[in-house]
Amino acid sequence: MSALLINPTKSILERMHLDGPLLGAIVLVCMFGLVVLYSASGESSDMVSRQAIRFGLGLVAMLVMAQISPDRLLRWIPGMYALGIALLVLVAIIGIGRGSQRWLSFGPVQFQPSEIMKLAVPLMTAWYLRNRILPPGLGTVAAALIIIGLPALLIFEQPDLGTAVLVTAAGIFVLFLSGVRWRLIGIAAGIMLAVLPAVWFLMHDYQRQRVLTMLDPQADPLGAGYHSIQSVIAIGSGATYGKGWLNGTQSHLEFLPERHTDFIFAVYCEEFGFVGVVVLLLAYMLIISRAFAIAMQAQTVFGRLIAGSITMTFFIYIFVNMGMVAGVLPVVGVPLPLISYGGTSAVTLMAGFGILMSVHTHRRFNAAL
Amino acid sequence: MPGSVRFTNPEQSARTINLRIVISAVIMVLMCGLLLSRLAYLQIVNAEYYTTLSQNNRVKVLPLAPPRGLIFSRDGTIVAENRPSFVLAIDTAVIGDLHETVAALSGLLELTQDDIDSFFAEVKSRGRVDEVALGNNLSETQLARFAAQSHRFPGVRIDARLTRYYPQTDLWAHVLGYVGRINEQELKSIDTAEYRGTSHIGKSGIEYTYETILHGSVGFQKVEINAQGRILRVLERTLPEPGRDLYLTIDAGLQQLAFELLAGNRGAIVALDPLTGGVLAFASNPSFNPNLFVNGISSKDYALLRDSPDRPLFNRALQGQYPPGSTVKPLVALAGLQNGVRTTGEETWCPGWYRLPGEQRRYHDWQRQGHGHVNLIRALAESCDIYFYDLARDLGIDTLSDFMRQFGLNSPTGIDLPGEAGGIFPNSEWKARTRKQPWYPGETLSVGIGQGFTLATPLQLAFATSILARHGVGITPHVVGQIEDPLLHQAVEPEFVEREMVSLDSDQYWTDVTHGMEEVVHGNRGTARKVGQNAGYRFAGKSGTAQLFSLPQDVKLSPEEISERLRDHALFVAFGPLENPQIAVAVIVENGVGGSSTAAPMARAIMDQYLQPSRDVSLTD
Repeated sequence: MSALLINPTKSILERMHLDGPLLGAIVLVCMFGLVVLYSASGESSDMVSRQAIRFGLGLVAMLVMAQISPDRLLRWIPGMYALGIALLVLVAIIGIGRGSQRWLSFGPVQFQPSEIMKLAVPLMTAWYLRNRILPPGLGTVAAALIIIGLPALLIFEQPDLGTAVLVTAAGIFVLFLSGVRWRLIGIAAGIMLAVLPAVWFLMHDYQRQRVLTMLDPQADPLGAGYHSIQSVIAIGSGATYGKGWLNGTQSHLEFLPERHTDFIFAVYCEEFGFVGVVVLLLAYMLIISRAFAIAMQAQTVFGRLIAGSITMTFFIYIFVNMGMVAGVLPVVGVPLPLISYGGTSAVTLMAGFGILMSVHTHRRFNAAL
Repeated sequence: MPGSVRFTNPEQSARTINLRIVISAVIMVLMCGLLLSRLAYLQIVNAEYYTTLSQNNRVKVLPLAPPRGLIFSRDGTIVAENRPSFVLAIDTAVIGDLHETVAALSGLLELTQDDIDSFFAEVKSRGRVDEVALGNNLSETQLARFAAQSHRFPGVRIDARLTRYYPQTDLWAHVLGYVGRINEQELKSIDTAEYRGTSHIGKSGIEYTYETILHGSVGFQKVEINAQGRILRVLERTLPEPGRDLYLTIDAGLQQLAFELLAGNRGAIVALDPLTGGVLAFASNPSFNPNLFVNGISSKDYALLRDSPDRPLFNRALQGQYPPGSTVKPLVALAGLQNGVRTTGEETWCPGWYRLPGEQRRYHDWQRQGHGHVNLIRALAESCDIYFYDLARDLGIDTLSDFMRQFGLNSPTGIDLPGEAGGIFPNSEWKARTRKQPWYPGETLSVGIGQGFTLATPLQLAFATSILARHGVGITPHVVGQIEDPLLHQAVEPEFVEREMVSLDSDQYWTDVTHGMEEVVHGNRGTARKVGQNAGYRFAGKSGTAQLFSLPQDVKLSPEEISERLRDHALFVAFGPLENPQIAVAVIVENGVGGSSTAAPMARAIMDQYLQPSRDVSLTD
């Protein structure tokens, strides 16, 4: 608060600990999202306004996170992580869900504890590494892997392959940024390949089916391969310039499943074509490049690690969703960030960006100390 | 923390991390390149291939229309059924120029202009999202011609649908009503999801009242369709829930007899079961063929029905409002007994005319020479007007009206058919409201013999008679007796409330008035003593003759027709058997002149057939 008094020339955004360029890019992509959602939802202004409200909630979450200085956040991280683990264990015991246990219900409110882990795991990993010698030694890496692996395993068991992979990735990104030696990365990759058959046996039938489907969608065109085939047709038929907004026949003929959630990118591709895809990717790149710039300007190891990791996680969301819709990755339940219909993911993402803004806007204040 | 400074070097850490961020950024750009190349491969290199696929290989969800419930008469004769008919199902979302396609099809199959008009009307109301049917009941020749040319018409396919059919044509039209194509207005009020596969909806009669029960619940099938709109295969199916079948209370034989009796006349016959409120016969003649309306009536046929002076579309039994004439006298007599202004034996002097005190005008009896001294029984048997003039004057219009309205006069009976008229039984308040005039004493006299402003439908008269037969108890008249689930064969009976509508101080009043009506048909001097002869049971009746003062203004007639149409209407109400009434009948024959001579034999024939079905029924002169 004293900073406000010391420096009266600060803009309103700065006083609110928000970063203008990043906020602008995020709002831009959200606008894209609402426009596409209107078409994908079958022109339901009701769904669009509900999604707009969720974006509003996300912005509030961002604002709140931005106010928490990295120093204070650091003090909360271990507790937050422990709470996340406890809730995951609770879900395993009493959770509710369709086919899998992912949700906890508090009266009318339901939420997915695994969502917390998307932020808690990279935060905890960065917290652990912040005072270590970088690049980290073997012991440090092993400890970090346990921090990452424990919640990932709990989520994988729910079973929720998509979130488990994303949570693991977020933690691994922190490790990668901390400078883990390439030799170690190579060895890990080798072990992964060796363990892959074991993972195959640990998978649930439907998870295996998804992988098989990705490898050969034609094998079961009306069952598991249906999503992939139809979304690829939708994308391909969009051609260079697309069929035009609200004119996607594939999606409007009600055959494209999950077209307003996980498969919304197919609707976008059908209606806006390859040109539209390039424009959307550029908009995403605006967010990512600004976020990386923030990471590189951060003044603490923790700030750099967490900002970099959040940015990479954001990118991996985009990549996994687009890859899945385009038929090159297995169908896992990963929404397209800020575009897919749904509240939890948008709020978590925005909270993550709030942390980034906090890292950036509390910088001078830290330096002054 | 000087201790840790030895082990960590913040600046070197920063350099390490920033290097990794740059490496990550490079990897991201490469991954974006991969994604973009995959998308370019799909959207640019193979765009044509996928565009064709998206047009050809479509999975659609098609509605499965539920079969409409059937309608049976009380004795199980089918009166509304569904017949398969072939139409062209046109996928309006696929076809670019609808007018061009329809013109080509019309040339090929020789479709009528009406077919084409109703097709475009439906396209307009539904929007171009669904399949819309073109043509109806296509012949085998038409089907063969289309099949040979079908490759020219992508998005058009032959579809078998069920079409409503009324096998007994005219006989049930005014009861069943008919179904017709859903129009724009109806589309706004119905649940469009439920009606996605349905093109027709109940427009009038039972088809209208029981629409939701007859309609059933829509089903769906997921199908794969090729570019020609042909279904390649069914992927998934949810069967529709068929509409419920209706069993009417109307007896098919009685209904047919009613029309035979009315043949050549304009008129109506309504018969009720006083015990259940079920309608036994419901005839309005002339009638029309409801099948004409199902797929849209041609404007020529419609003009013929609309402009006919006999008004076949007019439901006389339900909506025809006639002066009830002397048929109200038994009820007026009850009003006199109940209000204490007459006793059964009390006599009135009838010289053949009546004069109100202080007035010069004479009100005449239908019998010029008069009836002499008449008590209540004779007044009913001989239909003495003077007795009822005097009685009505003693009661006063408002007391009389209050009593008569308890019999359901002046309000619709609430039958399960749409558009019922409520008739009029006037009082001073009614006249002040509608005519802005005071009530004149002379008008009370007219009302006392069922003339003046008084109007009632044949259904109301039958209902009032059934209340009389049951000494004041009435059950809302209805035509549907049972609703049956066609799959489970479980029937439910709709409930109709039985209530005491008229309550009198003494049951003797009912007995006395009924005795007067018995004298009408069985007494030596009864006005309808001819129809009471040779009956195997005793019954009660009352004739009526309604004077006409003017013609309906919208009807154009020749001079000889005008003279025919200025003749009195003939009415008759009856119930029987006396000791255990099972049927109440009201008959009206427009311009039939004499209630006893024209209408009474019809009522007798109806009762004979219902009460003594084994006996040969013949019309007596």
